[in-house]
Amino acid sequence: MSRHTVVKGHSMSRIRSRAKAFAAVALAAALAVGCSSGSSSGPAAATGTQDSVDAALKAGGTITYWSWTPSAKDQVAAFEKEYPNVKVNYVNAGTNKDEYTKLQNAIKAGNGAPDVAQIEYYALPQFALTDSLANLDQYGFGSFEKDYSASTWAQVKNNNGLYGLPQDSGPMALFYNKEVFDKNAIAVPKTWEEYVAAAKKLHAADPAKYITSDTGDPGAVLSMIWQAGGRPFTVDGRNVKIDFGDAGTKKWTAMWDQLIQGKQFAPIKEWSDDWFRALGDGTIATLVTGAWMPGNFMSSVTGGSGKWAVAPMPTYDGQPVTAENGGSAQSVVKQSANPALAAAFVRWLNHGNGVQPFIKSGGFPSTTADLTSPAFVDEAVPYFGGQKINQVLTQASKDVAKGWTYLPYQTYANSVFSDTAGKAYLNGTPLDAGLAAWQQALVDYGNQQGFTVSAG
Amino acid sequence: MTSTAAPPVPVPARPTPTARRPRRKWRGWLFVAPFMLVFALTFIAPVVYAFVLSLYRDQAFFGGTVFVGADNYVQVLGDPKFWESFQRVLVFLAVQVPIMLLLALVAALAIDSARLHAAGFFRIVIFLPYAVPAVVATLMWGFIYGDHFGLAADLNHLLGTDAVKPLSQNWLLTSIGNVVTWEFVGYNMLIFYSALKVIPTELFEAAAIDGAGTFRVIRSVKLPAIRGAIVIATIFSIIGSFQLFNEPNIMRNLVPNIIGTFYTPNMYAYNLSFAGQQYNYSATVAIVMGVITAVIAYVVQLRGSRKGM
Amino acid sequence: MATLSVTRPRKSRTLTAVMALYLVYTLVPLVWLVINASKTQSALFSTSGLSFGGPFALFDNIGRTFTYNNGIFFRWLGNTLLYVVVGAGGATLLATAAGYGLAKYRFPGRRAVFAIVLGAVAVPTTALAVPTFLMFSKLGLTNTPLAVIIPSLISPFGLYLIWVYAADAIPDELMEAARIDGAGELRIFLTVTLRQLVPGIVTVALFTMVQTWNNYFLPLIMLSEPKWYPLTVGLNQWSAQANGAGAQPIFNLVLTGSLLTIIPLVIAFLLMQRFWQSGLSAGSVKQ
Repeated sequence: MSRHTVVKGHSMSRIRSRAKAFAAVALAAALAVGCSSGSSSGPAAATGTQDSVDAALKAGGTITYWSWTPSAKDQVAAFEKEYPNVKVNYVNAGTNKDEYTKLQNAIKAGNGAPDVAQIEYYALPQFALTDSLANLDQYGFGSFEKDYSASTWAQVKNNNGLYGLPQDSGPMALFYNKEVFDKNAIAVPKTWEEYVAAAKKLHAADPAKYITSDTGDPGAVLSMIWQAGGRPFTVDGRNVKIDFGDAGTKKWTAMWDQLIQGKQFAPIKEWSDDWFRALGDGTIATLVTGAWMPGNFMSSVTGGSGKWAVAPMPTYDGQPVTAENGGSAQSVVKQSANPALAAAFVRWLNHGNGVQPFIKSGGFPSTTADLTSPAFVDEAVPYFGGQKINQVLTQASKDVAKGWTYLPYQTYANSVFSDTAGKAYLNGTPLDAGLAAWQQALVDYGNQQGFTVSAG
Repeated sequence: MTSTAAPPVPVPARPTPTARRPRRKWRGWLFVAPFMLVFALTFIAPVVYAFVLSLYRDQAFFGGTVFVGADNYVQVLGDPKFWESFQRVLVFLAVQVPIMLLLALVAALAIDSARLHAAGFFRIVIFLPYAVPAVVATLMWGFIYGDHFGLAADLNHLLGTDAVKPLSQNWLLTSIGNVVTWEFVGYNMLIFYSALKVIPTELFEAAAIDGAGTFRVIRSVKLPAIRGAIVIATIFSIIGSFQLFNEPNIMRNLVPNIIGTFYTPNMYAYNLSFAGQQYNYSATVAIVMGVITAVIAYVVQLRGSRKGM
Repeated sequence: MATLSVTRPRKSRTLTAVMALYLVYTLVPLVWLVINASKTQSALFSTSGLSFGGPFALFDNIGRTFTYNNGIFFRWLGNTLLYVVVGAGGATLLATAAGYGLAKYRFPGRRAVFAIVLGAVAVPTTALAVPTFLMFSKLGLTNTPLAVIIPSLISPFGLYLIWVYAADAIPDELMEAARIDGAGELRIFLTVTLRQLVPGIVTVALFTMVQTWNNYFLPLIMLSEPKWYPLTVGLNQWSAQANGAGAQPIFNLVLTGSLLTIIPLVIAFLLMQRFWQSGLSAGSVKQ
């Protein structure tokens, strides 16, 4: 407060009254903020019907929609064509965490949030818990459960209510560069043991090539733990338990440590220009990631066309099991002045005519009708050498392990991953130690923010 | 480095001795008031607000706002993350600022020496990077630093090594320093050069009579004459270093494991607010940093002017 | 040049060569940018950084930069111009008036003004962002151009520069003479003294222009809709959209956009070189 003290030393009566006025404004603002934050979610709204949604759609109006998905613009155009009396103001407010920051700010400020927002599954509990999203049960959307894959529905629904409808999903699979595998006479690994062996064999045969790149992404790490059977987060209202020491987690760290400490990862940051290049020229031979990846391959890794193929995600015992990686839902923000109309748009997007434009843009759906339609499942994809990749990917969506929960402050958790667990990737130190540091940071933060967090 | 320009130099001397009559006493405010009005809204009010915030503690999820007095300040002063980030900018400041200012000074003296071919061309080209937004400069250097496909890779290829790794842990602070140096040498050069240009000719004539050589003239005429400019540039740079944000924050996308959430104090304050919703604590960090910066800038200014001619 | 009146030193090749080295350092990144802005995305991914490679796509890239996403880049350019004209223009006006007032009038609170403005500069602006954001959102200013323009109206450096310049460039006698003629203070400022300040004003205008043009952090948090973004925030969003599911990397457009962002400022500096250099020189007299 340098200025403050400096001011006091001098006679400033002229502008003092003005300064006082501003201080008063600031104080009032501070108090208002204090009041508006921190209300916890109330009891679940009674299950309603879709009547109010239909009525709102008939009445028309204007809503704002935040999304970064490539198909959003086409979807909005198609929706407006179908419902000319509804105007959707589409805004790309930033990609994932950038959008959440803005959404969080708008919620904190009490205005400026959109009516409908795209939110990834991992961030959903945070916004739901702070009572920032409308419970879609009040519009009778709970009856859509049977229309979505079990793993995605579990992400949008919790004990208190339904906080969005799933759009895309990311059951994990193994994407591999067949050309590189064949050239080095490496078989497609079915187990993680084989995967580790393949990594060593490949890098030994050709030091310029790596099995994959991993600089430590919290989303990917949690998905890997999920697949290995780890369930580090237990959430019951305000009571949270965090345990990165369970058997599943240890199974994964033991396996992944071999790759990190054996320097088997290409030191290339995911999503950088280097990375896209490396996917195209064979430097990176596999990716273990969500089913949304083919769209990225086709649009951004043109050099890899005809070389890549898809196989089921390796497992620990050879039995098929997988996890979700990424994927997002559309939710109605509570600030919305016209929540019923917003809900109508969400319904159209993810439970209506909006699904097809999404699939056409390369998205991987959550709707069972599409996940089982022959046109989708049996499509031969030229980029992947004509392989019917969706057979592998839709099977993966059925094999997702059950019972996963994210933290109610997962976006914060992900932001501090690099401070703690990220160091394991950087220095080649054991992952368990890194995860323990992450756990400690998350326990501390949760307790500061009013949760009761215990470490496992 | 935020480019907020600071004028922390002594109040210019010689206030005009006009208008002693009382009714005229206030007329200067006619000109100053509009500035101060906007200043109050954009600087003073947020500072007051930040100060108010710093006295409370707010839980992002449950519970309300509690008055905690100086608790947040006590916490900041004992926060290892804060001190780690502070120490980092201190190291940055101690190394980068002298290098940058020295380069700028040498460039300014060279351009002013009249011994340089095409001096005007040098002047404008060296100044050019200042016109490049920090965002663009960092994106650009980020591409160049890539040790697989960037210019760093080409350099390694050329030298037949793999020693050049600008984005590795040991190099990174240096790499950021390089971006900042690249951006701001020209700006500082211009401040020095402008000061050099207006040194009174009599000083040189006296030196010429004494038979002083080029370096003697630089040491005993030019450098003392532009001491004020050097002090200003130093203070600017100190403030800029303490506020280091844009470059590491954008580069974080490339190396998140090295540039964590508390790489610099400013990044720490930013992430506390925007990732952790710890607005009160963040405001406290900001205020503590502001006080430290102001004190150091003040000390430098005092020392700078005391040793003056 | 001051030294010329003493001796006329010979030009030195050694000195020029040494300085040329520094020039290379300054120019390499810019040359790199020009070269790579002329590559297609796939050539960008497959050719060396300091050589042209693949088809020469600069004009194609420029075209695509301006047309991508319904010409949003053009909109960002327009926004940036708006923020520069109103923000930097207003900052120059306010700084000029205030600097002049501080230099030529003695009034109660004068020293306090100086102390306050000085102290303000030391507080990290990045960290004041949150209080400013919360205040502005109470006032309904967030996500409007005003949220960017109002804070950029203040240039402490500009204030200081004009202050020093005016103290030096405007003789008191000039103002006294005008007063004897019966002119009011505002009229003296507008008709008599303002023109004396022109080099200082141009300098301040250029520096505030650079600051507004390069402003990144403030618009980033204040604005949520791309339709209000300035170029810097827009470019960073383009860069960030290479991430995650549905990634749409457009590195070539990021580079071309960066190049296009720099060019107007470079031109402005070249054109107005004469003015700002004399303004700065005057500013440093009093140091």
